[in-house]
Amino acid sequence: MSHQHSALCDELRPALPDYLDGVAREDICRAIEAHLAGCPECQVQVDTLKKTITLYRAAPSEPVPGDVHQRLVRVLNL
Amino acid sequence: MENNDIQLVRAAQDGDKRAFAQLIEKYENRVYNLARKMMRDPQDAEDVLQETFISVYKHLSDFQGDASFSTWLYRIATNASLMKLRGRKPPSLSLDEPAETDDASALPRDLVDWGITPEEALLSGEVRAQMDAAVTQLPETLRAVFVLRDVEGLSVQETADVLGISVPNVKTRLHRARLALRDHLSAYFVESGMAVRKEMRE
Repeated sequence: MSHQHSALCDELRPALPDYLDGVAREDICRAIEAHLAGCPECQVQVDTLKKTITLYRAAPSEPVPGDVHQRLVRVLNL
Repeated sequence: MENNDIQLVRAAQDGDKRAFAQLIEKYENRVYNLARKMMRDPQDAEDVLQETFISVYKHLSDFQGDASFSTWLYRIATNASLMKLRGRKPPSLSLDEPAETDDASALPRDLVDWGITPEEALLSGEVRAQMDAAVTQLPETLRAVFVLRDVEGLSVQETADVLGISVPNVKTRLHRARLALRDHLSAYFVESGMAVRKEMRE
């Protein structure tokens, strides 16, 4: 219901980064969650941002390939 | 462990090459992963890896242990990446310039809802290639913050320490980076048929 997407969204937006990182104050979390319950537009924003963060954190890191390691050791004369 | 790092650094400072080799074995994957995310070209990432450890070796005697070894190492690796990126084009914004405020980019006109799609479905090789491409398209000052915080898993404070910028500045840049990446992925998921664009406003 986009009619509820209003000035309140803009009011809560500055708190969003801390909310996404789980470090927003409890009263702010409650206000954001109450807003999200009635604002599908913001809910999608928050869900997709959360999922973006989760995806990058879940992606396995790339280990140093063996030949790259060998060249590193050689260049450092170890 | 940090204590162990300090012991290895002290030994390496005294000329113990095996201690330095142990530091490399412990940290080379992290440095390489950071470099791969920062640089588009794998050869550039290898150059950053080598330049980082050459610089660490040369400046070992400067390391006093007032910051953690990993913070010091990340600082050298991030600087090596940024210098390489900047060598190719005119210098962009200084890392310490205040970030622009968030604007309408926070709320695109139409929305793509893929936030509840299971991660397993989203972590195919093709999606991961898109994720990497999206990171390399970020402005470098946002890219460094994002890679340190959301890829390498440093805290906001550690990210600020590595980059020599304030915590609020890290938070602002991180949010802008996440918004840009989300928008990039949303567009990709629509193009690839994995999500549908919704018109939620008139």
